[in-house]
Amino acid sequence: MSGGIDTGDTAWMLIATALVLLMTPALGLFYAGLVRSKNTLNTFMMSVAAIAVATVTWAAVGYSLAFDGGGSLIGGLGNAFMQGVDFAPREGTAIPELVFFAFQATFCIITTALISGAVVERMRFGPFLVFAALWSVLVYAVMAHWAFGGGWLISGGTLDFAGGVPVEMASGFSALAAALVVGARKDYGRQALLPHNAMYVLLGAGLLWFGWFGFNGGSGFSTGQNSVLAFTNTLLCPAATLVVWFALDLMRGRKVTAIGAATAIIVGCVLITPAGGYVSPGWAMLLGALGAIPSYAIIVWRTRTRVDETLDVLAAHGTAGFIGILFIGFFAQEAWNGVSDGLFYGNAGQLLDQLWAALAAPAYAFVATFILLKLIGAVMPLRATDREEAMGMDVVQHGEEAYVTGEGAILLLPDDHEKVAIPVADPG
Amino acid sequence: MKLVIGIVRPEQANQVLEALYRAEVRGFSMSRVQGHGGEMDRVETYRGTTVQMGLSEKVRFEVAVSDNFVDTTVQALCEGGRTGEVGDGKIFVVPLDHAVRIRTGDSDEGAVTPVNK
Repeated sequence: MSGGIDTGDTAWMLIATALVLLMTPALGLFYAGLVRSKNTLNTFMMSVAAIAVATVTWAAVGYSLAFDGGGSLIGGLGNAFMQGVDFAPREGTAIPELVFFAFQATFCIITTALISGAVVERMRFGPFLVFAALWSVLVYAVMAHWAFGGGWLISGGTLDFAGGVPVEMASGFSALAAALVVGARKDYGRQALLPHNAMYVLLGAGLLWFGWFGFNGGSGFSTGQNSVLAFTNTLLCPAATLVVWFALDLMRGRKVTAIGAATAIIVGCVLITPAGGYVSPGWAMLLGALGAIPSYAIIVWRTRTRVDETLDVLAAHGTAGFIGILFIGFFAQEAWNGVSDGLFYGNAGQLLDQLWAALAAPAYAFVATFILLKLIGAVMPLRATDREEAMGMDVVQHGEEAYVTGEGAILLLPDDHEKVAIPVADPG
Repeated sequence: MKLVIGIVRPEQANQVLEALYRAEVRGFSMSRVQGHGGEMDRVETYRGTTVQMGLSEKVRFEVAVSDNFVDTTVQALCEGGRTGEVGDGKIFVVPLDHAVRIRTGDSDEGAVTPVNK
């Protein structure tokens, strides 16, 4: 037994880690419901791919680059391949570093999965795997170091409780870059491309919210006051977002929509992610209410442009993360968080610290992702052909269908395999 | 009076709809069907089970038209449905004995001619 371990904290963090891991399949479900039925599996598989790839890169170098040492831009390689990650408490916490490692790994996974929302229905699976592997190290680990691991933002005083910088702004602005590099779906702007299963969208959003209690509630790495505050704010803020979203839906179309509600849950959870442990419950609800408006406006505006940022990762994550980070600068309250006040409580400096994060995070995420995808695109085609896109990515990329009926399916016995020359109809 | 049946790719269905609207063909129905028309089969694997999918998803349009509208309709179906690859589908034109518009009781030519009001 190592000294300095708190059993209560450790027990909570073990559960919180599992809760956050659940968010990635939940995101897969949310995204899969939003695409057309012929792309269901491919869309979900991008989230599964993030679990596969980002976990391995995290164990190899990502964790070390994010959390080893206090370098200003990037950490060291002292914990590469999990060297020294064991039962001893992680510095600044009372939980074993192994638990801290796993908890942070689930953040890297979900963030990598989030970007897939920008490129679903046309990006090929292979290049996405390459992208996920490189992005999780070159963008996520770097930005996690800035905001969490002793880098220039956290040491400069920027408050980011659960990842407004490395998770929300990183994924949102990377998604915009990815949508621009990969390009629009061939039918985008010409045909109505509708969600094929609104129930998956609602179920996915519900499970994401559930997991988010671990995401925010665990980001204090303890059962202390900040964690408890963040946990409860994770209930209050999205509820306020939902109420305002209903009102905006009513004003715009005279009906409250279900997919709008699912989106509002995500936006509300994102808004409170950076601010969870720093603002009072009252301000959390105001944040949820006010923060709904820019995300709503961007979703409405974006669909009228030629930018096929398909599942609106920028509006839901980038924008809401940006608002959440800035909100701390105004309404952080030392009486609640024990750390710092915002402008509203007489500390203008905090707003400046938040502003740095709000400017640097989008810039780095956008530029790094843009260059990364251009480089991958130079080596292999990023997207499927028009013909493949028409057939659907499930059949073309995975050789499976989500809603297969079995009618007309002829069982191939092992000896029959040679009879079939080319598996998939040549999309030429 | 003829019944024009067009069986097309599901991903071309929207183009066919647009072509029909442009040709001012106003009344039709469509349904999802599965068919096989000489295109190469897909092989799919579900865990250990490998299958050859002999049927592809298609969309079937049925358009009842007066004789002088047959060519326009066939042309619209062709124009909207064609990609040039095997599997674009077929069009069948069959004679139609009798048609009734349920609301008014109009029959035959009157039943298949769109009313503007």
